[in-house]
Amino acid sequence: MNIAVLLKQTFDTEEKIVLRDGKASEDGVKFIVNPYDEYAIEEAIRLKEAHGGQVTALSLGPARVAEALRTALAMGADEAIWIDDAGIPQDESAAAEAIAAALGQQSFDLVLGGNFSVDTGGAQVAVRVAAALGLPHVTSITKLTVDGGTASVERDAEGDLERIDVTLPALFTAQQGLNEPRYPSLPGIMKAKKKPFKSLTAQDLGFTDGRTAEAARTVRISLSLPPGRQAGQMLHGTPQEQATALVGLLRNGVRTI
Amino acid sequence: MSKTYLIVTEQRDGKLRRVSLEALRAALDCAEAGDEIHAALLGEGLDGLAAELAGYPLAQVHAIEGEELRHYNPEAYIGALAPLLEALRPAGLFLGHTALGRDLAPALAARLSAGQISDVTAIERDGGERDGGERDGGERDDGERDDGERHGGQIVFVRPLYAGKAIERKVFTAFPQVVTVRANNLPAAEPRRDGGTAIVAKRAAAPVADLRTVVREVVRRTAGKIDLTEARIVIAGGRGVKSAEGFRPLEELAGLLGGAVGASRGACDAGYCDYGLQIGQTGKVVTPEIYIACGISGAIQHLAGMSGSRVIVAINKDPEAPIFSIADFGIVGDLFEVVPLLTQAFRQALA
Repeated sequence: MNIAVLLKQTFDTEEKIVLRDGKASEDGVKFIVNPYDEYAIEEAIRLKEAHGGQVTALSLGPARVAEALRTALAMGADEAIWIDDAGIPQDESAAAEAIAAALGQQSFDLVLGGNFSVDTGGAQVAVRVAAALGLPHVTSITKLTVDGGTASVERDAEGDLERIDVTLPALFTAQQGLNEPRYPSLPGIMKAKKKPFKSLTAQDLGFTDGRTAEAARTVRISLSLPPGRQAGQMLHGTPQEQATALVGLLRNGVRTI
Repeated sequence: MSKTYLIVTEQRDGKLRRVSLEALRAALDCAEAGDEIHAALLGEGLDGLAAELAGYPLAQVHAIEGEELRHYNPEAYIGALAPLLEALRPAGLFLGHTALGRDLAPALAARLSAGQISDVTAIERDGGERDGGERDGGERDDGERDDGERHGGQIVFVRPLYAGKAIERKVFTAFPQVVTVRANNLPAAEPRRDGGTAIVAKRAAAPVADLRTVVREVVRRTAGKIDLTEARIVIAGGRGVKSAEGFRPLEELAGLLGGAVGASRGACDAGYCDYGLQIGQTGKVVTPEIYIACGISGAIQHLAGMSGSRVIVAINKDPEAPIFSIADFGIVGDLFEVVPLLTQAFRQALA
């Protein structure tokens, strides 16, 4: 079974956002594999362990994403593809176009990705890739079983559980609860250094100077920090007095109660 | 030239979801005089919902019925919407940023070669705040809005990044455009006041040949419950609830106030509740009117998921808990003592 995993490198969720020149500053920032993509990598490796085959990890971004790809290799992926994002607009339609072009060079039985990325949070790229490759998709899965040419999945839909059968090849995005991602082992880290690591540029994927602007259908015009929240009022008195006071404050201040 | 916009509406337990009316608000904000807004409704037995929807400021309601549309299935939904998209050639699609919207919107955007701006919390034009600041918006009347205000100027979509640690403003560079809106941020569109109704066009979904995706079963674990992301009041528990049982007093208060129960990652990781309740950077982002954090210390990842709430109340035994630094009202105390007292006080006040 050939499995592709889409992964994105994101800021560590503990990072505070500091703006510099209209962008989130990367100075001293710790980067991680997007947490939802970790579930996708783990699931791909488990499927390979159960059914045999090959896992290809793919990421689009600047040179630092090599670190995220090496994490995937150390966890057990077999090969990595890095798409250099220079020349590819920061827009989900362009990203999906590039990724689909890279995946289109091989054939896969399954494509796995995260439910969304914890940085830009657009929840678009994986589904767009499925559409570009003509694959059916199911997002936000919490269970995946493959039997021959069919995958049976459970999907989390705002707390409801959907059981869905899909003919492979297909694309799935991982939700929390799918599995418990493993840590890369020391032998895994040593082996990762010898695994195939392929680099692709925008030009390799058909993004020429003329087509680049056309590929971006949205553009960011500004980034700002949300208004800071200040500590408010601490209530005093007995628990009973505090409860009564709070009810009064909420009823007077907020019309919904 | 006038344009056509399409809202893909959603129902839950046979009721129109409020977020779909918030998506209609977004379309109204983007539309100029002469533009038409249509709504699509998919499922089975849609007459009642279609009639209800027809009372909103829409040109047409397209009710598409089919057995395969009873449950959400992306292939069946895309197949059912395809002839409508072909006929309307919409300049924009608007959906809720819900489980369905997150799944369907990018698939439709890809099909239309459209850009998409997801999880929109406000819409601005000419740099002026138009929504988001007016969260209760009930008094707004579409008929009385100054059309002149709608002309000219770029439409700017505001959305959170890093789960709300930063705010991004984006624009489209081309048509068609796909927008998903976050629940609870834009005011819901109001029904028409002139008593007029939109045309209801009914059609049967064309059968999709060889569906590769089959929905076998839907287990409704949230039947009758208020969805966390749409709730106006959220009562959330952290490690301080100590056990699954510890959520009981929170559920009681939520039940009384018509709110939903949420949790911090700590409570989920400890196995006290399902991950579906998790609020934070790796979980749901909520923006209710009132957020009551019970036994939650306030890790940065949790704050990212709830700090956009209008009023934050924190109840925690530890006076040094970081949650107090962003709370509007703080109570230092044991949640097992305070929450039942709060429930009692609300019950008396609401009686």
